[in-house]
Amino acid sequence: MPRDALVDRYFLEHRAKLLDVAAFLDRLDRSEAPADSNEDFRIEALQRAISLLIDEKGERAKRVLELFSDPTDTPIDKAPMKGADGAYSAK
Amino acid sequence: MRYIDPHIHMVSRITDDYQRMAQAGCVAVTEPAFWAGFDRSSAQGFYDYYVQLTEVEPKRAAQFGIAHHCWLCINPKEAEDPGFAREVIALIPGFLDKPNVLGIGEIGLNKNSKNELEILEAQIDLAAQHDQLILVHTPHLEDKLKGTKLIMDAIRNHGSIDPGRVLIDHVEEHTVGPVLDRGFWAGMTLYPDTKMTPQRAADVIEMCGKERLWINSAGDWGCSDPLAVPKCQQEMRLRGHPLATIEQISYENPLRFLSQSGRFKTSE
Ligand SMILES: [Zn+2]
Repeated sequence: MPRDALVDRYFLEHRAKLLDVAAFLDRLDRSEAPADSNEDFRIEALQRAISLLIDEKGERAKRVLELFSDPTDTPIDKAPMKGADGAYSAK
Repeated sequence: MRYIDPHIHMVSRITDDYQRMAQAGCVAVTEPAFWAGFDRSSAQGFYDYYVQLTEVEPKRAAQFGIAHHCWLCINPKEAEDPGFAREVIALIPGFLDKPNVLGIGEIGLNKNSKNELEILEAQIDLAAQHDQLILVHTPHLEDKLKGTKLIMDAIRNHGSIDPGRVLIDHVEEHTVGPVLDRGFWAGMTLYPDTKMTPQRAADVIEMCGKERLWINSAGDWGCSDPLAVPKCQQEMRLRGHPLATIEQISYENPLRFLSQSGRFKTSE
């Protein structure tokens, strides 16, 4: 798809998605900080992922997914729950 | 435009969905056995589910001219108790001769635990013993990358499974390359928030090509879209992909993989 057609087709949609992210970060700023003042591991991962978007190294989707992934390689002893958090915590 | 949705959980969908899918061009579905959203309290609960998949659902689909097939297994979310899981696995051979059964699935991992892996290995062996195709569920979100590697290693370590007879589902940008490189088929699931969008699936097709790749909705009891496959067809059309490419991804590739079962047919 030619670049100008690509921009015409997708720009407004992704502008809106970016504003959703911006507004979410503002909402976090307005919220009450946790008592231990440690940032949630999911938000830390999100912030690292955002900086990766502008590092000009390409393959952004793949690298964002890798950044959120469990980096270990052996099975765990027991499943602690059925669901998933969306980001990895070593704890 | 005709299509096959090779991964959708119709037991969780209403009959109107069959009607809308047929109107959108669906000629066949395949339905893997999965977690019902709660744990079954007995092996008998699975027996009843397998009856639903092999007898009830094909009749419901046929009303709308859609051919219905299924895959049987115990899913990884209910594999944390290996004794119970083995009791369920023992029921499966009794259903493998039903005419709409295509193989074992969706087996795989959920949290990448030792018990899940043990039950995955038992079901890989079941597929090998009965010469069945395999449909693999890869874990969600942060567990997917690690789980996909563990699953591919478990299949390779078994030693007698041809990767060309295994479809590894729910791939994303970080797992599609390794899955295809190792000779497996790869499925992209179009599912809100936790998996792929039609746009990203079209991107992967542009980057990885159209061989051994299919798309599915994995429509189920969660927020999901039984019309996700035709929406991806539309996305590809608007981007100018040739009709032959769209047809290959959404019809011919599933037809080719599933036909290895000797059982698969569409309603045409
Ligand atoms: Zn599924």
